[in-house]
Amino acid sequence: MNLLAQIVGWLGDPQHWSGPTGIPARVLEHLEYSGLAVLLGVLVAVPIGALVGHTGRGGFLIVGLANGLRALPDLGLLILLVLLVGIGLLPVVVALLVLAVPPLLAGTYAGVRNVDASVVDAARGMGMREREILLKVELPNSLPLLLGGLRAATLQVIATAAVAAYVSFGGLGRFLIDGLSVRDYPQMAAGAVLVAVLALVVEAILAGVQRAVVSPGLRSGGARIRPSGDPENDPTRLGDDPADLSNPEMAGVNP
Amino acid sequence: MIWSWIPRNGDLILGLLGQHLVLALVPVVVGLVLAVPLGWLANRSRAARSVLIPSAGVLYTIPSLVLFIVLPGILGTQILDPVNVVVALIVYTVALLVRSVADALAAVPAMVVAAATAMGFKPARRFLAVEFPLSVPVLVAGLRVATVSNISLVSIGAVIGIGGLGQLFTDGYQRNFPTEIVTGIGLSMLLALLADAALLGLGRAITPWSRAASPRGTA
Repeated sequence: MNLLAQIVGWLGDPQHWSGPTGIPARVLEHLEYSGLAVLLGVLVAVPIGALVGHTGRGGFLIVGLANGLRALPDLGLLILLVLLVGIGLLPVVVALLVLAVPPLLAGTYAGVRNVDASVVDAARGMGMREREILLKVELPNSLPLLLGGLRAATLQVIATAAVAAYVSFGGLGRFLIDGLSVRDYPQMAAGAVLVAVLALVVEAILAGVQRAVVSPGLRSGGARIRPSGDPENDPTRLGDDPADLSNPEMAGVNP
Repeated sequence: MIWSWIPRNGDLILGLLGQHLVLALVPVVVGLVLAVPLGWLANRSRAARSVLIPSAGVLYTIPSLVLFIVLPGILGTQILDPVNVVVALIVYTVALLVRSVADALAAVPAMVVAAATAMGFKPARRFLAVEFPLSVPVLVAGLRVATVSNISLVSIGAVIGIGGLGQLFTDGYQRNFPTEIVTGIGLSMLLALLADAALLGLGRAITPWSRAASPRGTA
């Protein structure tokens, strides 16, 4: 428990809570980089994902891009950008943006693509234009998966923003990197705890937002794509009738 | 770009590539071995599921750099010990795969399990001979995600001094030498794509029935 006492001691020191290198200032910097990258990511990825999902053309490109970019090492990309462009907000936000786009793109695409075809048909039958179908029917129905993508993107960006301190940026990563360079273990550990807490708090807030925004009628929607593993409690499962099991589309129809 | 740097430093690059591969793949194997019983438990008992799945989610949200730094304090290892990176990646692999294993087992048709029981399979043998093989396609999907993200995460370890190909990033940064960084990024992505393709092929090879059953090859 010695380590815990040291972390608490470091966090409890009022000196670490004030000024431009204090914890509140570092948290704000961290959120600034992350927020900017996620916002730009949403502006880039959601329209493209929604359009591809709506038209059904180019889906393989989205899936390939999302998988390929997952293999891209974040640290290498960030360092390369800094060497090419120089130190500034631009390389950090671009490096984080590249991380935010794939989950957002995949989530939006999968969300729009997985909207029940009969719902889209009904909207078209009621005389809605394609634009209205996308904005009023497909996007609201895709929210569970879209927001899942947003949460994944935000978490990854917050985690990687800590790495940005390695190339002389601010944010909570500073405590990790500065602590490492002078072997100040309590500072490093306290910084690590702060990043983890920030990630968990943001994740909890986004989970709350998701519960508030997603229509109650869609609550069981996620179970259709991801098997819940809880057969008794799964409203989309129609029972053990062989006809249902051999036809996943049938089992996916919402009651 | 000074491409002649690559052949001149072939030994260094191959050494780091080997280290990268070990640091990324050992956790996948250990993580799989740990995740199968946990996932089995999560699929069987609702109480275990309500503990295991959310805690796996929380573990997965902890940034990798944070784990690399905090683990020495918890394990009592030196900060430059590669064990820290391996243990951190095992944590991520288990967190990811517990859910995959539980989902994979839940996707095994109840009819098949009932048929196996009716044919006299005892629970342990039923799991090994029926449920586990049938869960392979969903499980392999989870393994592919874990492997690719591990290969990408190893390089973050370079910030604390152990990172396989990631050391090309930190070294290239200190020397202001983009060729070295591009080499590291290229090899790291190549490694991830090859490992992904190998797992995909392995998954197909050990589940010949899934191709016979559905022409789309999905399961």
